[in-house]
Amino acid sequence: MVDYSPLLRRYGVFIALVLLILFNFAVTPHFATMQTLSVNLTQVCTIVIVGVGMTLVIATGGIDLSVGALMAIAGAMSPMFFTGELFPVPNIYVGIALGIVFPIIIASFFGLFNGWLINRFSIQPIIATLVLFIAGRGIAQVSTNGDLQVFKVPEFQAIAIGRVLGVPFQVWIMVVVVIIAAFVLRRTVFGRQVLAVGGNEEAARLSGVPVKRVKLIVYAVSGFCSGIAGLIVIAMNSAADANLIGLGMELDAIAAVAVGGTLLTGGRATILGTLLGALIIQLVRYTLLANGVPDAAALVVKAGLIILAVWLQRQEHA
Amino acid sequence: MSAIDKSFGSVSALSAAHLEIMPAEVMALVGQNGAGKSTMIKILNGAFRLDRGSIQFDGKPWSAGSPQQAQRAGVSTIFQEINLIAYRNVAENIYLGRELKRFAGLLDWEKMNQGARALLARFSIDLDVTRPLGEYSTAIQQMVAIARAVSFDAKLVIMDEPTSSLDEAEVAVLLNTIRQLRSEGVAVVFVSHKLDELYAVCDRVTVMRDGRTVAVSKMADMSKLQLVAAMLGRDLADVRASGATAFGEGEKAIGEELLVAKSIAVGRRVSDASFDVRKGEIVGLAGLLGSGRTETARAIFAADPKSKGDVRFAGKATNFKSPADAIAAGLGYCSEDRKVQGIVPDMSVADNLTLALLPTLTKMGMIDEAQQRKIVLQFIKDVDIKCSGPGQKIRELSGGNQQKVLLARWLCMDPKLLILDEPTRGIDVGAKGEIQSLIQQFADKGLGVLMISSELEEIVEGADRVFVLRDGQVVAELEHSGISEQAVMRAMAHGASKDAEFIEVPRG
Amino acid sequence: MKNFRITPSLAVILVLVVLVSIAALRYDGFLGVYNVQSVLRYNSMFALVALGMCFVIMTGGIDLSVGSVAAMCSVVSALLSSYGLFQGLAGGVAAGILAGLINGVLITKLKILPFIATLATMLAASGTGLLLAGNQSVSVSYDTYFTNLGQGDLLSFMRPEWVDAEGVGFVGSLIGFILSFPTPAWIAILAYIVGGVVINHTSFGRHVLAVGGGTEASRLMGLPVNRTIFLVYVISGGLAGLAGVILASQFGAGQPIEGIGWELFAIASVVVGGTLLSGGKGSVAGTLAGALLLGVIFTILNFENGMGWISLSAYWQSVIRGLFLLVVVILQSRLASKDPIGSPKASV
Repeated sequence: MVDYSPLLRRYGVFIALVLLILFNFAVTPHFATMQTLSVNLTQVCTIVIVGVGMTLVIATGGIDLSVGALMAIAGAMSPMFFTGELFPVPNIYVGIALGIVFPIIIASFFGLFNGWLINRFSIQPIIATLVLFIAGRGIAQVSTNGDLQVFKVPEFQAIAIGRVLGVPFQVWIMVVVVIIAAFVLRRTVFGRQVLAVGGNEEAARLSGVPVKRVKLIVYAVSGFCSGIAGLIVIAMNSAADANLIGLGMELDAIAAVAVGGTLLTGGRATILGTLLGALIIQLVRYTLLANGVPDAAALVVKAGLIILAVWLQRQEHA
Repeated sequence: MSAIDKSFGSVSALSAAHLEIMPAEVMALVGQNGAGKSTMIKILNGAFRLDRGSIQFDGKPWSAGSPQQAQRAGVSTIFQEINLIAYRNVAENIYLGRELKRFAGLLDWEKMNQGARALLARFSIDLDVTRPLGEYSTAIQQMVAIARAVSFDAKLVIMDEPTSSLDEAEVAVLLNTIRQLRSEGVAVVFVSHKLDELYAVCDRVTVMRDGRTVAVSKMADMSKLQLVAAMLGRDLADVRASGATAFGEGEKAIGEELLVAKSIAVGRRVSDASFDVRKGEIVGLAGLLGSGRTETARAIFAADPKSKGDVRFAGKATNFKSPADAIAAGLGYCSEDRKVQGIVPDMSVADNLTLALLPTLTKMGMIDEAQQRKIVLQFIKDVDIKCSGPGQKIRELSGGNQQKVLLARWLCMDPKLLILDEPTRGIDVGAKGEIQSLIQQFADKGLGVLMISSELEEIVEGADRVFVLRDGQVVAELEHSGISEQAVMRAMAHGASKDAEFIEVPRG
Repeated sequence: MKNFRITPSLAVILVLVVLVSIAALRYDGFLGVYNVQSVLRYNSMFALVALGMCFVIMTGGIDLSVGSVAAMCSVVSALLSSYGLFQGLAGGVAAGILAGLINGVLITKLKILPFIATLATMLAASGTGLLLAGNQSVSVSYDTYFTNLGQGDLLSFMRPEWVDAEGVGFVGSLIGFILSFPTPAWIAILAYIVGGVVINHTSFGRHVLAVGGGTEASRLMGLPVNRTIFLVYVISGGLAGLAGVILASQFGAGQPIEGIGWELFAIASVVVGGTLLSGGKGSVAGTLAGALLLGVIFTILNFENGMGWISLSAYWQSVIRGLFLLVVVILQSRLASKDPIGSPKASV
């Protein structure tokens, strides 16, 4: 008898996705259209982008609960720049440039703050990032007074809904983020160090791995990714609502990471898996919706998926 | 227990092993790592089930489904690492699992505190039982563990290396406690690697090897040498002739000064440690457990901050801030706990081996995988690591091979000085010899080695010079023919000024 | 008293007392019946959820599902409220216990990390709540006594007229103050008393702390580790269910989308209250103080705005809560590094 388990382990997520797609071709009406693809991809973009940062954080054995709040901060701040509310900008393009660069830098800095807390005070990541989970959205709300900022700046909105080669621009952003992160994780020293820190922090430290710097960087990257995702969300909605941007994103991102096959205790991670995990969760939801199952039931199915994925992970790891 | 078999998967841990203990008897259970002692104990205390064989306890067939059941039926086990709850108070730690109650299921704290106090008084210990256990010393915690076992009206107490983290005085107290138990009619199974303790307290000895019981004898009828021979499975003459380690004999030219540590102090454990290592020299750092050997080594490597002292390395005064600094300067450190501080279990042999080297193996920020592979294959061959290939996960390797990977992790850096903390602990005899000759081989090529070991023979036969630590101070420096087991033990036990040592120590 | 030491929990209780005292002196009506009732009525739900979380965290676990379980249970109890107070209450609590049972099975039988298991339950409970409610809030029945649970004031009928009069003295005011507590507050107080007794005076309670202090050691000592872990999740689920029932009763509707972020608020309360997040050491009273402290901050903010000196939007409350949590965890980490037991370097 041939042992298929290593194969399943490696390609299980991928196989599940293919089966899901085949199932949809057979069952779901109007599945094989460009529009279906577009809808599913745009809904999954922000989750994947945040999930990439989350994957790196989880690979070091940490967790980042603040991603949704950081999205809100970036999203709420951005319009202040390109609408010239904060200070007059010479022209719209400069405004947009500032409105993209600054919020992402700010979000990265908050990520850095998470890492600093964790390093400096040896606070568990779940608690350290809980601080910004609670305070971060407040900061976004305070800075906008909780008001909805509606804008109509097509040049800015292009980052979400503009198309290149018929594919929404945000999908391109997602692809680039995934490729870079996958490359970094797999082929660079930093990638190995991330996994070493998650696999055995003390051993890594004694081998000269700059453990604190590695952690600082992954949380900053997670903040960076959250910043990008926050901008995409407001560009898509042509409005920034600090109360809603990225709400519950931490759970979606963690779910994608878990389903994708990254070890939640750290030390083993796959960026591609996170992409596939997010796609599976999205596609399951779409399948259910398209076949008349209410959205709420999809939540229950998602819960089952997470448990299944983690349980399978346990089985092979035991 | 008779004719016990136990297998894990295809691996047989015990085959036809037997063990017999009389009431009010202290039985020594000895054997190398992997001889089957732990498995035997775990079957006895209900943690494992036996595959074949039978156990009689107190005249009745014995089968415990869990440590809990075993405890209730009169068999208590005290493990190597203290298995109590540091945050909870002393009385609770004694009564957890069978708390005394008043009405309505509420706890009777007063009665428990009194009971705990009375129980500890039997062992002449007087302490505040309402303070968290973790506030007391290891020895006290060990006593509390024993008191807990006794309070279950144990007829048989199994002690699995209880003395491994105790100092000499504490060991003496523990041995007294064991005698006390015996006088109360309790039988004790005593597992220890320290022969002196066995002879001090045990009535009989059971020797195990490769899952079998190979010898049972009265303690007094078996000499130390016979005992070691039985454990190792070698002829007596063999042991006498070759010694137990694979370190080469003979003297060699010693190179220039490499590391000079002066008056190192670390926290409360190390107060004044001075020593030096020269090129191509193996320097032993000896001392009892708790004498500050590991702390000293870690401070040199900047794994922990030192509170005082100067370190000169390769002719320059240094003040490393982190292990990374030390590594950059040409140091390497193999920690004593492979699993916790050495391997990254989920990573491959290749990645583990090159973990420290990796930053130099890059082409434009990317890992030069061809180069990495070349180095890894080279070392797998040189160090003789038995694995299916560079890609195999390190956790799938045996302890000895894991240790070889960790050694290679440093050797591939081409370091000037390697600090080895218990390099052969928990490794089977074969791999042990290989690792020892490897260390020798690299030292011959000019590597300086600072070696910590609890095994006297490893220190005595392996080291060119030996520094002996006692209570956080270097109390003796032994050289050449001055290195002998007696000299080292004497320094460990009594301490001695460096000047006096050279006069007093008998040569040869 | 030679054994008297300032523990983190005691410190939090002191801070709470000082803060409330200052507020009482500074703002008119801070300890008035109206304010006390509204603060306690609302925060009782959080306090209940935090109590369950406290049990879970003491074992070294975490329960992220409490918020959405409470929301789901508020729907269940709203749907059952027309059958009567008891049916609504029992149904809501039972639904919470069911969620706790599922958590317990996932964690002790399937060996899934508590963090991820309860994350899944969180999603499932939220989905179930929405399904049961048909995506909208479910009005409770006003024909039964159901709403009394959240809106009533259990002992206010005993409240004599004279306590509102001038010059009744400290004792008189205190009696009036206590008797004016709303029903949910009495439920929470009762729950905390029971919780405190369970932790400090029952075997189960000691096992909870022992398991958190050392799971393997507890197993070797023969403690029923799995059963203990299982039970804390059931307790947490049950208390979340109770909070959900109060939610429905208080607001007159089952709220399937309420409860977002409750779990994190509860974790913050527990941590602020001096319980170690890694388990093994903690305090029920501290948790209550932590929950009240976080709740009172919001009220103080309101009063401060009312004074007209400053004007801070309501959004500041989460910023302040976050800062508060920050200060507490930093202090805790400082304390832990001095604690010979808790210090991670102690093993070296």
